[in-house]
Amino acid sequence: MSPDGVARKSIDGETGLATEGEPVYGEPTADGWRLWDRSRSKLAVLLDREVETGLDDGSTVLYLGAASGTTVSHVADFAGPTYAVEFAPRPMRDLLDVAADRENLFPLLKDAREPESYAHVVEPVDVIVQDVAIRGQADVALANRQFLREDGRLVLSVKARSEDVTRDPEAVFEEVEERLAEGYEIEYAESLEPFHDDHLGVVATPE
Amino acid sequence: MTHDESATDGWFAGIDPGDTDAAQAAVRDGSATAPRDWPTLAAESGFAEREEYYRLLHEATMAATRAEVREREQADDQQLIHAIRALDDCQRVANELTERVGEWAGSQDADADVDDEYIAALAEREPDSPMEDRLVSLADRIVGLQEESRSLQTVVESTATSVAPNLTALAGPELAARLIALAGGLDELAKKPAGTVQVLGAEDALFAHLRGGAPSPKHGIIYTHEYVRGTRPEDRGSAARALAGKLAIAARVDNYAGEYRPELEAELDDRMERIRARENQ
Repeated sequence: MSPDGVARKSIDGETGLATEGEPVYGEPTADGWRLWDRSRSKLAVLLDREVETGLDDGSTVLYLGAASGTTVSHVADFAGPTYAVEFAPRPMRDLLDVAADRENLFPLLKDAREPESYAHVVEPVDVIVQDVAIRGQADVALANRQFLREDGRLVLSVKARSEDVTRDPEAVFEEVEERLAEGYEIEYAESLEPFHDDHLGVVATPE
Repeated sequence: MTHDESATDGWFAGIDPGDTDAAQAAVRDGSATAPRDWPTLAAESGFAEREEYYRLLHEATMAATRAEVREREQADDQQLIHAIRALDDCQRVANELTERVGEWAGSQDADADVDDEYIAALAEREPDSPMEDRLVSLADRIVGLQEESRSLQTVVESTATSVAPNLTALAGPELAARLIALAGGLDELAKKPAGTVQVLGAEDALFAHLRGGAPSPKHGIIYTHEYVRGTRPEDRGSAARALAGKLAIAARVDNYAGEYRPELEAELDDRMERIRARENQ
């Protein structure tokens, strides 16, 4: 399954994925479609590789680590209710502008390590997208597993440097995968290079 | 009914659908042990049907998040961070422009000795060519930036003293502000161990050390403190460690208690005296 709301387009001489919505970060646009830059979005790399992420038109999504909304804006263009959790006020200021144009995007200034602080707002979802640059990324995924429907999927990007800058990224990834296996079954785990150095893209289902 | 019981945890529980203030407060301050199918529960409890529910949720989350972002960004320590960074920018740009003006002025007058006094005089000069007009105008901008730097210094001093009285007493307003800026806030600084405070601002050297090979940095931005810079090199490591220890404690007192404790300063002075006494042994 791949969402109809994500298409391959050629705009301004650049070819890549695109979604339909209001432009956000100066991306090339044409006929209401906006290019989704792989080098700025880890999720775009996975969709571009046609990895089964569980994302579809109208999916309910919980996005952890939404930052200033570059990626979550594209998700909200084709998905259904999209809950965007971000902890830092500065990027959230930009995310608010993104959400102002998108009725299905719900911004939440919350800490992804404390799911009870948003469990009274967020409903069970089809997909969790996680991109938090903090230590303990597997723990965040495990703590938020309760939001996933039984047939839901976790789409995680692991940043090695957030866990430990001094260790070999491969060793860090191995440890994260091991910890993740305590609550998830890993379906896909590949490096996101050359678009994102020292990042691992993971898709997993709740076990 | 189990449905009604769990619905009492939802953000919409007990809220009148038109009451945005109450809704945004519930989004901000509420909590639940587990997520539920809130849209369905909201419809069952008579709050709103699905489409209307999402409209109200969008309104509530936007209002709640906007208010909280404003609040957290306006916190005094965040304002202090902006002020110290603006001060650095003004000084850096003034220095760069002074160098440029110095080169330019030197091409017209080989004896030009470019210092602040020269710039101030140049800014007052009556230009007699279009080129000199630009040079004089640049000098005038430099004078303006220097004035702005002094105003920023004044505001940093007063804000640092109110945000972190103990840290400011020990470190001085500019270093206190820089430490808070490097940590990202007073709360963040208060959570850092003394060893981290000691090397804040020397991250490049620290990571080079952790990767292996390079020596561990003895000090970061706290080098600008007289107690580190003014101590002889052999004892600087001890001085930096002692200072960082007191600064970390001061930041915690400021963050969690908030009142001024003069004994911290006395303890630091005492410790420094002992470290510096080694020199004479």
